[in-house]
Amino acid sequence: MPEASANRLIAVIDERFDDLLRNWIADQLAALRRGQIAENDLRVQCTELLQLIRRALVSGAPLDLEAQAWSGARDLLARISVSRAQQGFTPSETATFVLSLKRPLFGVLHTESKDADSLADDIWTATLLLDQLALHTTEVYIRARQELISRQQQDMLELSTPVVKLWDGVLALPMIGTLDSSRTQVVMETLLQRIVETGSDVAILDITGVPTVDTLTAQHLLKTVTAARLMGAECIISGIRPQIAQTIVHLGVDLGDVITKATLADAFKLALSRLGLTVARQRVAPSAAPASAPTAD
Amino acid sequence: MDRIPILRMGPVLLVSIQVDMHDQLALGLQDDLSNAITAHGTKGVLIDISAVSVVDSFMGRMLANIAGVARVLDAITVVVGMQPAVAITLVELGLSLEGVRTALNVEKGMAHLQAVVASAGALSHSTDDADGAD
Repeated sequence: MPEASANRLIAVIDERFDDLLRNWIADQLAALRRGQIAENDLRVQCTELLQLIRRALVSGAPLDLEAQAWSGARDLLARISVSRAQQGFTPSETATFVLSLKRPLFGVLHTESKDADSLADDIWTATLLLDQLALHTTEVYIRARQELISRQQQDMLELSTPVVKLWDGVLALPMIGTLDSSRTQVVMETLLQRIVETGSDVAILDITGVPTVDTLTAQHLLKTVTAARLMGAECIISGIRPQIAQTIVHLGVDLGDVITKATLADAFKLALSRLGLTVARQRVAPSAAPASAPTAD
Repeated sequence: MDRIPILRMGPVLLVSIQVDMHDQLALGLQDDLSNAITAHGTKGVLIDISAVSVVDSFMGRMLANIAGVARVLDAITVVVGMQPAVAITLVELGLSLEGVRTALNVEKGMAHLQAVVASAGALSHSTDDADGAD
């Protein structure tokens, strides 16, 4: 008899509202790590949720969480869940917010109950209700996390292949992240397209941000270098860290006649000298000194 | 039968491929070019493929062959203006055209050829006295 149970639940919540709230908050504070959430915020959230649960029970449909009556409680839980996901709570800690209401609620049901049968009914109804609410928080929590992850993936793809122009005729491609086949394809196409657009003679592939280089990655790099060479541009690979240099040698990867440099600065210096440019220190300044810049020999 | 025109500019032969190559055309070009190199004592060949959008493995090999034939006849070959899509295709086909020089466009290719031809002690031609096609 869920209706009868619901009515008794409403009565219990009305009569023992303050007890419920105090015990509920105390349980949560004991379960959470210290300082994760301010007691005042928690009190506001708990009070609001308890009131919303009561209102939903009064307006009927005690166990149908999809019903209109529960929309207030659902929205509140969704808000709390999303904000906790952002604050770095675990899913269990988020669900505990609802589940920790069980002990205080069962406690008051027990003290207020008249007979064993109705007590069992009441506890069953309350359990069903709180479980559904807790599942709802977990679902919202996971959805919020997934949105975060997919947004970050998108950002990473967009950020990971910028082709920058260092000088007239010198392009640089700072690669960040692991190089897999699909990303290398994007990198290669972007680079070749920019070479055509800018008419650059030298392209520097900087792999400082590539965490590991295996044979496949090396092969991808070599393909990019060869394609650029076919179009008439020279490629320099820079930013090879000591561990990666060792890996390349241990794997027996043959980089052929590809020019490699330890740092982007070295590669840029070489690129400038290929174009017949030098960087000169500015002469000790007469007041109207000309701007110092790489100048043609 | 169609032929690809070979233009003489001083010590350099200029070939501009404006159509998609088929096999017969490529073989004809190889013949004509080797004859022209011997006839004119050419030191450099510049092949412009900026209008070529489709290549296959045969076409890739023909480019390498032409460069090889030219080298035997003491001329260097520069392939210029390759489209990105063409470059990617050739790399995926495993054809890296070792031994073929490349440049981004005709201007850079010509500058490169003239530098090499001049440093090889050939006549330091200007291209002004270039006359027309064969």
